[in-house]
Amino acid sequence: MTAATGIGARVLRTEDKRFLTGTGRYVDDLPLARATYAYFLRSPHAHAKIKKLDISAAAKMSGVVNIFTGKDLVDAKVGGLICGWVVKDKHGEPHKAPPHPVMAVDTVRYVGDTVAMVVANSYDEAKDAAEAIKVDYDVQPANIDLAKSFDKGAPQVHPEAPGNLIYDWEIGVKADVEAAFAKAAHVTKLDLINNRLIPNAMEPRAAAAEYDKGTGNYTLWSTSQNPHVLRLILSAFVLGIPEHKLRVVAPDVGGGFGSKIFCYADETMVCWAASRVGRPIKWTAERSESFQTDCHGRDHVTHAELALDKDGKFLALKVETIANMGAYLSTFSTAVPTYLYATLLAGQYTTPLIYANVKAALTHTAPVDAYRGAGRPEATFVVESIVSKAAAEMKIDPAELRRKNFIPSTAFPYQTPVALQYDSGNYPPIIDEAMKMADYKGFEARRAEAKSRGKLRGIGFSSYIEACGLAPSQVVGSLGAGVGQWESAQIKFNPTGNVQVMTGAHSHGQSHETTFAQIIHDKLGVPMDQIEIVHGDTATTPFGMGSYGSRSLAVGGSAIVKATEKIIAKGKKVAAHLMEAAVADVEFENGTFKVTGTDKNVPLAQVVFAAYVPHNYPLAEVEPGMDENAFYDPANFVYPAGTQICELEIDPDTGTTEIVNFTAIDDFGNIINPMIVEGQVHGGIVQGVGQALMEGAVYDKSTGQLISGSYMDYTMPRADNFPSFKLGYKVTPCPHNPLGVKGCGEAGAIASPAAVMNAVHNALAPVGVKHVEMPATPLNVWQSIKGAQRQAAE
Amino acid sequence: MSISVAMTVNGKAVSGKVEARTLLVQFLREHLGMTGTHVGCDTSQCGACVVDVDGKSVKSCTILAVQAEGSKVITIEGLAESPDKLHPMQEAFRENHALQCGFCTPGMVMSAIDMVKRHNYQLDEATVRRELEGNLCRCTGYHNIVKAILAAAPAMKSAGV
Amino acid sequence: MYDFTYHRPKSVADAVKLLKDKPEARAMSGGMTLIPTLKQRLARPSDVVDLGAVKELSGIKIEGANVVIGGMTKHADVATSADVKAAIPALAHLAGHIGDPQVRNRGTIGGSVANNDPAADYPGAVVALNATVTTNSRKIPADEFFKGLFETALADGELITSISFPKAEKAAYMKFPNPASRYAMVGVFVAKTASGVRVAVTGAGGCVFRVKAMEDALAKNFSSAAIKDINIPADGLNSDIHGSAEYRAHLVGVMARRAVDAANK
Ligand SMILES: Cc1cc2nc3c(=O)[nH]c(=O)nc-3n(C[C@H](O)[C@H](O)[C@H](O)COP(=O)(O)OP(=O)(O)OC[C@H]3O[C@@H](n4cnc5c(N)ncnc54)[C@H](O)[C@@H]3O)c2cc1C
Ligand code: FES
Ligand code: FES
Repeated sequence: MTAATGIGARVLRTEDKRFLTGTGRYVDDLPLARATYAYFLRSPHAHAKIKKLDISAAAKMSGVVNIFTGKDLVDAKVGGLICGWVVKDKHGEPHKAPPHPVMAVDTVRYVGDTVAMVVANSYDEAKDAAEAIKVDYDVQPANIDLAKSFDKGAPQVHPEAPGNLIYDWEIGVKADVEAAFAKAAHVTKLDLINNRLIPNAMEPRAAAAEYDKGTGNYTLWSTSQNPHVLRLILSAFVLGIPEHKLRVVAPDVGGGFGSKIFCYADETMVCWAASRVGRPIKWTAERSESFQTDCHGRDHVTHAELALDKDGKFLALKVETIANMGAYLSTFSTAVPTYLYATLLAGQYTTPLIYANVKAALTHTAPVDAYRGAGRPEATFVVESIVSKAAAEMKIDPAELRRKNFIPSTAFPYQTPVALQYDSGNYPPIIDEAMKMADYKGFEARRAEAKSRGKLRGIGFSSYIEACGLAPSQVVGSLGAGVGQWESAQIKFNPTGNVQVMTGAHSHGQSHETTFAQIIHDKLGVPMDQIEIVHGDTATTPFGMGSYGSRSLAVGGSAIVKATEKIIAKGKKVAAHLMEAAVADVEFENGTFKVTGTDKNVPLAQVVFAAYVPHNYPLAEVEPGMDENAFYDPANFVYPAGTQICELEIDPDTGTTEIVNFTAIDDFGNIINPMIVEGQVHGGIVQGVGQALMEGAVYDKSTGQLISGSYMDYTMPRADNFPSFKLGYKVTPCPHNPLGVKGCGEAGAIASPAAVMNAVHNALAPVGVKHVEMPATPLNVWQSIKGAQRQAAE
Repeated sequence: MSISVAMTVNGKAVSGKVEARTLLVQFLREHLGMTGTHVGCDTSQCGACVVDVDGKSVKSCTILAVQAEGSKVITIEGLAESPDKLHPMQEAFRENHALQCGFCTPGMVMSAIDMVKRHNYQLDEATVRRELEGNLCRCTGYHNIVKAILAAAPAMKSAGV
Repeated sequence: MYDFTYHRPKSVADAVKLLKDKPEARAMSGGMTLIPTLKQRLARPSDVVDLGAVKELSGIKIEGANVVIGGMTKHADVATSADVKAAIPALAHLAGHIGDPQVRNRGTIGGSVANNDPAADYPGAVVALNATVTTNSRKIPADEFFKGLFETALADGELITSISFPKAEKAAYMKFPNPASRYAMVGVFVAKTASGVRVAVTGAGGCVFRVKAMEDALAKNFSSAAIKDINIPADGLNSDIHGSAEYRAHLVGVMARRAVDAANK
């Protein structure tokens, strides 16, 4: 191992060369001979009965190969799409599980619901034919307004879920929390909306499939974050193709952020239809289709109350949330606003009592599921907003109030009142460092200077914690998860000494080909250019759970470490034989086996060669070959934590907000590659700021049309919306995984909305504004100022 | 309507039969198999498709293949001198970790090179950020892209490209 | 996109003939509006007449007290033209803030003005500077050119060949971009020319309009203080998820004052 490329080094990425020279291979890039092209006809209505669906004219159009409708799937006994996490409600009953047909049969339930699939010789011909499909819709009233979903008379989405209620779930003991509130010196109340987001990975979702008549094997290429999970769902629940007859490949994938975890109708159809069409099928979403059909994120309506004693110590927190599920339950939808949300409501604090009640609602909108952070940004937003509000109300410095309530570093492992046991952390030095870097002391002077220019300057904190590295299988299993959440690795040396490492994780921007190789290099001493990380293909990689929930390194990386240990253990036996020493006397360092206390040594490459050409080899005791598998199931979640400070200026004349300073100090445990970690944080911050200031999925409240259905109306963060960020680290290694790492993929997005909104509120307080919802667009901010002025005038 | 088109792509003469409605990006990707240029939207806003046509940076999803008849087109595939010698902008993107999933990258790099040249190799952070208006990235938060472009400007100047 | 027949005439006369002969034909300049429209299948022309090879349509000339810009002149060329920068810097500034660099490299003044998108920038300059739109058959004064939402005085098959902008004594354009599309949510062009003071507003309504009260006040006293109490009624202004009519009305005032201040600099 050299310091320049091992664990902790800033190693440039292996994957970059192909991406920078235009030689990456994304699904849409695949050259498939004799390919056909699919176009999906989507519902233009939020809620309608399909009275008649006539494909006869379309079927006769030029280039059309085949047209499939929901009825064809019923006839072929294709199963519905599934929700993989059973959440039990407060009475112990499993959540309501309305059917989710792959394509609509008699009812459409959101704008974008899939109605028919046209397969043609070209994409344009498929689209031409889709326009000729005649659908007679009987339009029904739609339930769009989340807050009104449970009202009497609200349009019903599924008969299986009366009152649009999927579950009424709770955690904590309500009576204890109420008792603490009764004794509180101060109660801070907060109503907020966590705005609905559209993920917008820059590569639109895509799928391609091919069926081999001779072997009966299917190959599905999909823009998936977890090809094995997709295969499992398609095989076991939806299509019934045996797992060994279905190969799922997720090649280069252009970002996911959660939206490419799930099993979708379109990729299912492409796979299913491939054998019926008898030619390969390709499909790539148009961006407007992505807007309508990718699973959306967030979308909560929440009321929260925090009880404090007279010194500002938190006594109890209670939270009521309505979470939007959309029209159907997507793959992990039920877990997001419960186990990934309410369990994080302790934040970094010693709040002794917490009660949360979450009601999941159906609406006639696109399904809602995990999006970068999944539940944890929503929790952090509640906690960090109410803490800052309490500080303002009690006239305590927001940093001071946080410090007062931090879990002390001596208290770890720390059991929160909401199920999680935090393994490690040290929060005060993080906020100190952030305040120093952000020059918190100098803020009031900067505020005054801004005022002289007519600007309102504000500063906001967000001290987040997240539980990631999903997940200890038995814990999540006891909570209703349908799968285990371990990860796998296979280290396969070739006879010439280079090595291929197969991982069940998947990289769609996270840089596994580099960081995983750094681990191998560090542990085994193999030069970086002799290491290949293989991922994304069920045919070549061991079963694994894919990448989401900042799990790749903490769980997948740990599996790799375990596999390196097996390689070393086996190698020692071979080396002992080659050096004519006792196994116990052999040690391994920097890629070389040595006999302790002597200068006898044999490099790993030579041991590998001997294992494949076992002429001089302990065949009686050791199998030939150098190929080891490992599975790693984490003992606990990992708990990254940090503090962000956002400083911004608002132009009160226009309502425009400009971020002028953004600081983030994180504890991600040990860091494998700081360059890559920083990149993850940058991207996360921008997505979080996007949520706070720009992004919002807007459906027309009466028709259910998606108004923010393209980049013309959905505000994407752009380069000129940001300054450069200031980042820093504090390290408390994770005590329970072999690398000591925590996850870094979601932190930026989890913390930043609260940092920004606290700064917005801080800036607007002097003009009397009490509350601004996200996104704090210029319009929204201007209206808030105007409202405060009106109120002051009355 | 089928039309013959001929143009130079990355220094090589190419031709093909297209429909009038075939976009330049489709011609590159589907006819020539040059899939380095990407499509990320249908409203001409994301910039994943940016290429250079006759010295001008354009969105190849918003120009017909027939409009590029006789033109000199440069795509992401045409930048590196050899697999081991990247263009200074590509090198700067790698050095500064200005890409994650890589999907926006071809368009980013093409826009960035054009930006540096138009500003005569002299850029500041605010200008770079403003000039990136037509390029969306969902992964990097732009921070490292901006850094890479600022680093590439002098490197391009000294390399004479 | 539906398919169509493609033409690439070399002269205005040939282009006009094609457009006249084929009633369902559409002219294309930069294609920055037309192609996205076609991609979304919102239009189905039988023929597309590409003006890209019509050399006579491009270029910027100074003719006496006027800057004359050919219909096919790209936004980028207007933004960087030394002549425009010297004569009417506000016009160069406006062109430099349309869309992004790639859009500016292809989008044209003729296409933009002919399209008359309510959120387009150029109409503000055309009206405020009291420009004259020249077509293959006539000259149309600015006040008679823009008729309403996406509607102009152009007859079917009539092409904008150039636009003539009188030089301004003082002028400035302030744009408040729509946060998502970055088109003008409100854009105010203020100009003091030989023919007086004009204030033209784009983005806020269904079509570019003038604010008479501001023009009168500024004619007396060309300072932002002179218009600080002039409110624009919200009635009839655009309203969408990015800006209510009331907000747009307010922004017209803010942008107008800022434009006057900029013009005085
Ligand atoms: C991403 C993006 C961002 C944009 N942002 C802005 C912005 O901020 N502000 C803004 O103002 N615009 C913006 N635009 C629009 C852009 O300025 C267009 O270039 C312009 O509106 C149309 O010009 P064009 O030359 O591309 O016209 P085309 O698309 O070729 O044509 C538009 C219409 O005009 C007709 N036409 C074209 N030329 C003529 C002519 N000479 N005579 C008569 N009719 C003609 C065509 O038949 C067509 O109906 C943006 C466009 C894009 C894609
Ligand atoms: S593909 Fe998005 S701008 Fe061209
Ligand atoms: S690197 Fe993924 S979109 Fe830019």
